[in-house]
Amino acid sequence: MHLAVAATTTGGKLLTMVIALLAFAAVVGIILFLAGLAERRGRRQTAWLFLAPTLVLLLVGLVYPAGRTVVRSLYDAAGSQFIGLHNYLTIFSSDEQLVVLRNTVLWVLVTPFVATVIGLIYAILVDGARGESFAKALIFLPMAISFVGASIIWKFVYEYRDHIENLLPGQQQIPQIGLLNQVIVWLGGKPQQFLIDSPWNTFFLIVVMIWIQAGFAMTILSASIKAIPAEMTEAARLDGVGAFEMFRFITLPAIRPTVVVVLTTIAIGCLKVFDIIRTMTGGSFGTSVVANEFYTQSFSAGNQGLGAALAVLLFILVVPIIVYNVRQLRASEGR
Amino acid sequence: MTSIRRHRRSAVIAGGLGVALALAACSSGGDSGGEESSSGSTTTDCADFESYGDLTGKTVTVYSGIVAPEDQPYVESYQPFEDCTGATVEYTSDKNFEQQILVQAQAGSAPDIAIVPQPGLLQQLVATGKAVAAPDEVAANVDEFWGEDWKAYGTVDGTFYAAPSGASVKSLVWYNPQIFEANGWEVPTTLDELADLTATIAESGQKPWCAGIASGEATGWPITDWMEDMVLRVSDGGPDVYDQWVNHEIAFNSEVPTAALDAVGDYLKNPDYVNAGFGDVNSIATTTFQDAGLGIPQGTCFLHRMASFYASNFPTDGSVTVAEDGNAYAFYLPGETADDKPVLGAGEFNLAFSDRPEVQAFQTYLSTDLWANTKAKASSEITSGGWISANKGLDEANLVNPIDKLSVEILQDPNTVFRFDGSDQMPAAVGSNAFWKQATNWITGQSTADTLDKIEAAWPAS
Amino acid sequence: MAQLSVPVVADTPDTLPGRRRGRSAAETARKRLTSPWASLAAVVLAVLWTLPTFGLFVTSFRPEADIKNSGWWTVFTDPTFTLDNYRTVLGSTGQDNLAPYFINSIAITLPAVIAPILIAALAAYAFAWMRFPGKNTLFVAVFALQVVPLQVTLLPLLELWVDLGINRTFWPIWLAHTMFALPLAVFLLHNFMREIPGELIEAARVDGAGHVTVFFRLMLPMLKPALAAFGIYQFLWVWNDLLVGLTFGGQPNVNPLTVALFNLTGTRGTAWHLLSAGAFVSIIVPVVVFVALQRYFVRGLLAGSVKG
Repeated sequence: MHLAVAATTTGGKLLTMVIALLAFAAVVGIILFLAGLAERRGRRQTAWLFLAPTLVLLLVGLVYPAGRTVVRSLYDAAGSQFIGLHNYLTIFSSDEQLVVLRNTVLWVLVTPFVATVIGLIYAILVDGARGESFAKALIFLPMAISFVGASIIWKFVYEYRDHIENLLPGQQQIPQIGLLNQVIVWLGGKPQQFLIDSPWNTFFLIVVMIWIQAGFAMTILSASIKAIPAEMTEAARLDGVGAFEMFRFITLPAIRPTVVVVLTTIAIGCLKVFDIIRTMTGGSFGTSVVANEFYTQSFSAGNQGLGAALAVLLFILVVPIIVYNVRQLRASEGR
Repeated sequence: MTSIRRHRRSAVIAGGLGVALALAACSSGGDSGGEESSSGSTTTDCADFESYGDLTGKTVTVYSGIVAPEDQPYVESYQPFEDCTGATVEYTSDKNFEQQILVQAQAGSAPDIAIVPQPGLLQQLVATGKAVAAPDEVAANVDEFWGEDWKAYGTVDGTFYAAPSGASVKSLVWYNPQIFEANGWEVPTTLDELADLTATIAESGQKPWCAGIASGEATGWPITDWMEDMVLRVSDGGPDVYDQWVNHEIAFNSEVPTAALDAVGDYLKNPDYVNAGFGDVNSIATTTFQDAGLGIPQGTCFLHRMASFYASNFPTDGSVTVAEDGNAYAFYLPGETADDKPVLGAGEFNLAFSDRPEVQAFQTYLSTDLWANTKAKASSEITSGGWISANKGLDEANLVNPIDKLSVEILQDPNTVFRFDGSDQMPAAVGSNAFWKQATNWITGQSTADTLDKIEAAWPAS
Repeated sequence: MAQLSVPVVADTPDTLPGRRRGRSAAETARKRLTSPWASLAAVVLAVLWTLPTFGLFVTSFRPEADIKNSGWWTVFTDPTFTLDNYRTVLGSTGQDNLAPYFINSIAITLPAVIAPILIAALAAYAFAWMRFPGKNTLFVAVFALQVVPLQVTLLPLLELWVDLGINRTFWPIWLAHTMFALPLAVFLLHNFMREIPGELIEAARVDGAGHVTVFFRLMLPMLKPALAAFGIYQFLWVWNDLLVGLTFGGQPNVNPLTVALFNLTGTRGTAWHLLSAGAFVSIIVPVVVFVALQRYFVRGLLAGSVKG
């Protein structure tokens, strides 16, 4: 079988897979062999051999495309004319693009905070309770679900069916299919079209992300809470410290680094959010975010220059978070 | 993007098509499926293929956005070519075609032939420098079977690239003939009569029109079709103004387009007229275009403006009869007077990315009346029709679906003034982005003036 | 799924939490919050979180007409169930059948999980225990590459695959996932390796063991929890990925399950009976993997992130 031809049968596919695994293992094996040789001869290049596959893959897969994108963002839609920072000016002067930026900011500010708070509260509530691991499994289940799957799940929550104002005799209301609207109807309200009205529709999309990420926050925070030395809490308890004081003065300070990690991790995820928007609204009704708009501009609207500028903006937005993480890293290395 | 997206059918067709689907699965696997996919229904006379020579061992790849079950008639229609020349044709398709083909073309991995659903995308693809001009035989066939206007849509900067493939008629309004008869309603022949009919139905306490524009990323496109139809029909509009508008010789927010969008608004933004079976005006934005007209046979909705291909969107469980006396059929969206016959339509084009002899031979085959009829027969057998071509050599006898016949009659009517879907020809920044987005905003409350101003602003400067 | 970026903190996997004898702070806090209310709140949250998925689960067993005409909760008063939806997505022919894509997803996921682990482990070892010029700068640079959004790499990489002649096979997907996973993988594994006491390594070096031997005999066995944690994380990421599969797959023999599901959502805007069953088929594997291995997942991530 030629490796560059896609297999069509199950057996063929799995065979290709095994061959690939062997190939990857062989690369690592050869490097280790060469490193062993080099070491025996007392050479110092061993480190570079260890690093070689990673560096090559990163240069080709990330560094080069990133550089190309920066250059591309300085050219016009067709890529034929250098226009300096014009694409960036377009982003900041177009109402449409400003909505995209506003949405992105909403995602990054709201999601990490709410997901972390919910995760933290839940972690505390179930800590040490009977059936703790089952309770936790329920919350982090959504983490294992793809965004495509999640968006289908949430359609059955947000779906809208007409509400007839003046029922004719014998006529019945059309049954709701979306759970949320059914709850509203049960409570005597009027069903809503959640995904239409900007900017509220963005919040309803953010709910989906919170649903996914709260489990991540809960898992990490719960473990972090359990790692607080028992002596600390014992001592405080003996001093008669109340529950909220305990949380405020003992728990929270102890888990602060973890909270920061969780917040920044979710924030980076939100900056890159793409699938939820793509599958739930397609960016309509003023719900687009930078990552989605990049794809639309580059591959549908035929404006790769603007798309590239949006991508660069995305780099720039992520940089502070990475810098913060790197500083944390340096600080802990220094200890 | 749109006409393919508009081709997408809902799940309902899947029923009863098990065999066709099975074949589709084989064919999409890359190999043509060999003998078993040849249904034997086409008795091929290889004499027509002699000029292509012996192409044994050669392969031509075709890529499109036309997915199951409509892909199967394509594969089927390639069979005579494969049988007689010995070549193999590999057909693949996915619904992300419009983005994928651009990416693939830019990266240099384009297929031999792409079935491109809009002139705008065609221009973008030609701009990548990877497409190749059509051979002279194809140009000659297009001159013979289509004529100037269709040839122009496949031409970029004076070079002819792509012959038309399928076509669809968009200026249609779906209705339920049985209900019309029971209520004594007449099919309108002028725009005024359409307005009167709408008012009459509304007076009976029911909402006359149903509409839906949700279509994922392409949400909004049905309104762009409505507006194009109206630019062809409003008092100061017409085909010439339409051309100026599409080519941006008049501003998007100038008088005629404004009047046209307002004319659409008279129907779609009137809370007494929409959205039958779904809710208020806003519900148009969240109703999928596939769902919107399903109320026609059920009698919950009375008028639905949608292209000819909507026929295959109805359930195939026997509850819907698409016929002049059935419970679903379409009438021509009338012109200002009964003598005006502007028709909005769309279609696909076969763009080649290679000039290998077998590719050119295949391209030539696709531009013949032979192929059009073979394809029409295959569609009639496999998907009960739902496919037409503007090819003048297409024999109506090969069509089984009443809507297909109606469409071909409209296309071939000498009084017809045909115009290609305008948003498909506009620059992508407008035709595949701003026009859709602003049309969506318009239906959810934005004023006509704001809407058109914003689209005008999005038109690329050059 | 979010990209993880977990900073280093010193804490060895062995001293990790687990059950402690004394009551933890949270436990105390919870006990002090009048317990019934705390339990109630927990139950409410758990129900809210589970309900949407449960709704999908119920929906996937309902007949098409019912799904379109009534909410899934009506099954409790009017139960009608069918396996037809699953028969269609698993057993039918044509593009509705998800079974071949299931195989594709497996064929994509295994190498796309194992390859970055192998490659990153080498680099992480170099960063953690070898000396070479520019080490710190390079390490930060590798970590910082997380800022690059995947979307910008699509076109350049596609050109590369075409030049290499491997387009439209599994290779582009494997390689792309490997590339995108490396910054995080190197970072996480490096953190683990730093936590292994230096004396151990020194001792081995003094005994004349080379780096290769240390890597194999010492590092890999001790790294198991980290490898497992990252493996699970990468598994979820690859299995659930849409964008890479969509761009680099592009044909039925390669497309993963998510792409097939996405095609279902697009072609059949309203075929919820197929979508719900299809969605459930696609989430069952990651959920099982996650639930079965969650212990390792938590332990592994913790070692890199938690400062006790």
